Amino acid sequence: MSVEPADPPAHVAFQVFLDGIVAAIRSVFFYVLIGNYVGLGALAHEVGFSFWWMALSTFLIWAAPAQVILVSTLSTAALFEVALAVTLSSVRFLPMVAAILPTMRRAGVRQRDLILPMHLTAISVWVEGMRLLPLMPVERRIAFYNGLGIGLMSGAVIGGAVGFVLAAKLPPLLSAALLFFTPMAILMSSARNSRTLLDGLAFALGLVVGPVVAAQKIGLDLMWTGLIAGTIAYLVHRLREARRKRAS
Amino acid sequence: MSAELHAYLILIVIGFLPSEVWRWLGIALGRGLDEQSEVILWVRGVATALIAGVIARIVLIPPGALAGVPLPVRLAALAGGFLGFLLIRRSAFAGVVVGEGLLVLGALVFS
Repeated sequence: MSVEPADPPAHVAFQVFLDGIVAAIRSVFFYVLIGNYVGLGALAHEVGFSFWWMALSTFLIWAAPAQVILVSTLSTAALFEVALAVTLSSVRFLPMVAAILPTMRRAGVRQRDLILPMHLTAISVWVEGMRLLPLMPVERRIAFYNGLGIGLMSGAVIGGAVGFVLAAKLPPLLSAALLFFTPMAILMSSARNSRTLLDGLAFALGLVVGPVVAAQKIGLDLMWTGLIAGTIAYLVHRLREARRKRAS
Repeated sequence: MSAELHAYLILIVIGFLPSEVWRWLGIALGRGLDEQSEVILWVRGVATALIAGVIARIVLIPPGALAGVPLPVRLAALAGGFLGFLLIRRSAFAGVVVGEGLLVLGALVFS
């Protein structure tokens, strides 16, 4: 008969939580997030949101693409369209949460203990968690993951605050450079993460289809851009997979 | 309703809920979801294209101070940054530095 691992004592759990924060600061994502959110904070300032609104949006939404959509399109698009774009950009959380939570589940873990890890799951936390969690005993994973997530989120909140304050104080040229950081950073992280034809093609097509759709003035630009470019990329991917299967 | 309260309401209803719902579904559905399933792949394509569309919009119809930089400079900086990324060991850092450098340089020369 195997003995179920018990909850670690509070001081051990706290130590593990701190280890998680240290792992966050040592992660390359910590610095990428700061840079990304400096641009986002500057964007929020230019569009007219408040400092605390920006900070709260990072705590609550905790998804840079969704926040970029929210901040940059609210003034020009219908609310319904913004909500739709935000939700489409966050679908990725479903498989990510479904994949990471089972690594923390064990007998005796209550569902409410998993709520914080669920909310903290974002691409950066997930990638580091999938790498680091299997290396430690199962009863320590929740505390570690919470530390990792809160550490990375802190980097994002600090970056956002710095960008917001700088945008208000810098001369126009430097604030322009700060605002340009968001498109540059997203372009780079998309280029680096797109290991498949599907991702790369969808991104390239979206860059081209977006302005074309916008010029037609039919409304719901973002939705149409996503649907048209994304579906074409998906179909090309399907065709290629089918051909590869036939060839082998 | 005050404008400030309205902004927070929008943050919850248009930002937080539509995004968070996928995390809830992830915890509810739990195991047994294939990341390579066809529906997930299609949604990933749509979401990626949508983000690219947002990038195009920020560069073409920029907010605030970025609008003061001429359009050809913005486009050249984006393309140059991407080229820098490809040529310099596929480094995202190099790409951002090249792109930002071109933007500032171009703005100084052409505006």
